[in-house]
Amino acid sequence: MDRRNLEEGFFKIIMAGSAIITVMSLIFILSTVFIKGLPALSIDMIIKTPQGGYYIGREGGILNAILGSLAIGTGATALALAVSLPVVFYLHIYRRKKSKFSKMVRFFLDVLWGVPSIVYGAFGFTVMIFFGLKASLIAGIFTVALLIIPIMARSIDETLRMIPFEMNESCLALGSTRWELAAKVITRQAFPGILTAALISFGRGIGDAASVLFTAGFTDYIPYSLFKPVATLPLAIFFQLGTPFPEVRQRGYASALVLTLLILAVSVVARLMSKKFVRNIIK
Amino acid sequence: MDTRRLKDLIARKLMFMLCIGILSIVFLIAVGLYIRSLPILVRSGIRDILFSSLWRPTEGRFGLAAFVAGTVWVTTISMVIAIPLGIFTALYLSEYCHKRTRELVKPVIDVLAGISPVIYGFWGMVTIVPLVRDHIMPFCVGHFPFFPFLSDNYTGFCVLTAGIVLAVMVLPIIIAIAEEVLSGVPFSMREASLALGATKWQTVKGVVLKKARPGIFAAVILGLSRAFGETMAVLMVAGCAMHVIPRSLFDPAYPLPALIANTYGEMMSIPLYDAAVLLAALMLFLVTVLFNIVGWKILGRMEDEA
Repeated sequence: MDRRNLEEGFFKIIMAGSAIITVMSLIFILSTVFIKGLPALSIDMIIKTPQGGYYIGREGGILNAILGSLAIGTGATALALAVSLPVVFYLHIYRRKKSKFSKMVRFFLDVLWGVPSIVYGAFGFTVMIFFGLKASLIAGIFTVALLIIPIMARSIDETLRMIPFEMNESCLALGSTRWELAAKVITRQAFPGILTAALISFGRGIGDAASVLFTAGFTDYIPYSLFKPVATLPLAIFFQLGTPFPEVRQRGYASALVLTLLILAVSVVARLMSKKFVRNIIK
Repeated sequence: MDTRRLKDLIARKLMFMLCIGILSIVFLIAVGLYIRSLPILVRSGIRDILFSSLWRPTEGRFGLAAFVAGTVWVTTISMVIAIPLGIFTALYLSEYCHKRTRELVKPVIDVLAGISPVIYGFWGMVTIVPLVRDHIMPFCVGHFPFFPFLSDNYTGFCVLTAGIVLAVMVLPIIIAIAEEVLSGVPFSMREASLALGATKWQTVKGVVLKKARPGIFAAVILGLSRAFGETMAVLMVAGCAMHVIPRSLFDPAYPLPALIANTYGEMMSIPLYDAAVLLAALMLFLVTVLFNIVGWKILGRMEDEA
C-alpha cells in the first residue's frame, strides 16, 4: 500500500473514532443518569413537596420543583411565542427576503442565541432591582423567555423558509391582505414547525438553571402566585447534589433522572407531533 | 379605510415594533449591566480589577484576575478536546459515512445539545471527577512531574474535569455548524479533484477543508463562546473554592460565570459586591457578543457567496 492510501486509512480511523466517541458520550451520560437515578426514584419523590428537614434526609419529594419548572417553562414558551411569531412573520411577509432590515434582525437573533444564560439571569436581576421586584415566578418567566426567544425565532424562521413562494403570491393575488396571509394561511402551513420550535424551546427552558437562579429563587412550596418565588428542577438537583448527606444526594440523582426523562419526552413528542401534522400541509 | 386594511396596518406596526424590541435587547443588556457595575468602575478602574487577583469583598477588594484565569484555563482545555473531536466527527458525517448512519447520528447530536447543563454537571461529578482523581491524576503526577501536571489538589474537582465536561457540551454546536458548512461545499469541486486522480482524503484535505475553512473557524468560535459562558456544569465540577490562579491541570478553577452564580445569596449584603459581580457579567456578555458577531458574520458571508 502506498503512502496516500495509508494516510487515507489513518484519517478514516480517526474520523470514525471521533464520531463513535461523540455517540458514546451521549450513551455514557444517559446511562449514568439512569443507573444512578433509577434505584433512588420513588413515587414519594414526584408526588410530595419537601417536608421539614428534607435537605438533611427526611421525608418529602420534589413536586414543588417539577411544578415550578413546568410553570416557568409554559409561561416562558407562551411569552416567547408571542414575540417570536410576529417577528418572524414580519420578516417573511412584510419585508423582502434579502432586505437589510431582515438581515439585521436575523443577525441580532443569532448573536442573542450565543449570549450565556447566566448573563440573562444577571440582566433579569438588574431589571428586577429597577422595578423593585423580588425573585418570583413572573421574573423567572420573563428571563427564561428572553433566553429562548432566539432559539424559537431561528427555528420558526427555518420552517417559514420551506414554505413555497408561490403560495404567498397566489394568496395575495386573490386579494387577501398580508395580515390575512400570515394569520390564515402561513400559520396553518407552518403549524408543525411552529409546534416543534415551541417544544424544543420549552425543553431548553425547563433545563436551564443559571437564568432562574437570581430571578425565580427557590421555595419548598408549589407555585401559587406569579409574584412569589418558585422552585425549579435544575436548581433542586444542584442543591441536593451539593449537600453532604448521602440520602439527599441520592434524591439528587433521582431528580436528575426526572428532569432528563421530562426533556427526552418533550423532544420525542416534538418529533412525533411534527410528523403527525405534516399531513395537513399543502405541498 | 375598511377594517381589513386597518387590521393589516395595525398588525404591521405592532410586528415592526417587536422587531425593534429584539434589536434593542442587545443594547438594553449592555446598558443595564454597565449602569449597575458603574460604581466599582468609578472607584477602582478597570485595570485594577482585571489585573489584581485579590478577592476580599468584605475589605472592598474585588480583583477578578483569578476568575478570568480560571475561565481561560477551562475554556482552553475544553477547546483542545472539542476542536479535533468536533471537526473530525463533522468530516466523517458529511464526507465519509453512509447516509443511513448520518440520519442515525444527527438526532444523537440534537439530544446531546438539548440535555440540561445541570445534568452534564451531575454526570461530571459522578463519573469524570472519580476518573480524574483515581486514574488520570495519579498517572500524570507519577510520570510527568512538571508543568502543567503538578498539583496538590487531590479532589478531582479541577481544570481538567471541567474542561472534559465542557468539551462534551460544546461538541454538538461545533459538529452541527461545521457539518452544515462542509455540506455546503459544491459537489462539482469534489468531483473535479477526484477526476484528477486525488484520493478521497486528498480531496477532503486539499479542496473541501480549504473551501470550508472560514466556516469551520466560525464553528470553533461559536463553540468557544458557549464554553466561555457555560455556568452550572462548570460550577459543579471545577472545584470553585479558592480565589487563586490555577497553575496546573489538576488545580481547582473558579471561572467567571461560576462566580456570578455562586454569589446570588450574598451579593446585596456587602457594598459594591453586586457591582463587581455584574461587571463580571458585563465582561462575559461583551466577550460572547464579540465572538458571536465574528462567527455569524463569517457564516453569513459564506451563505451569501453560495
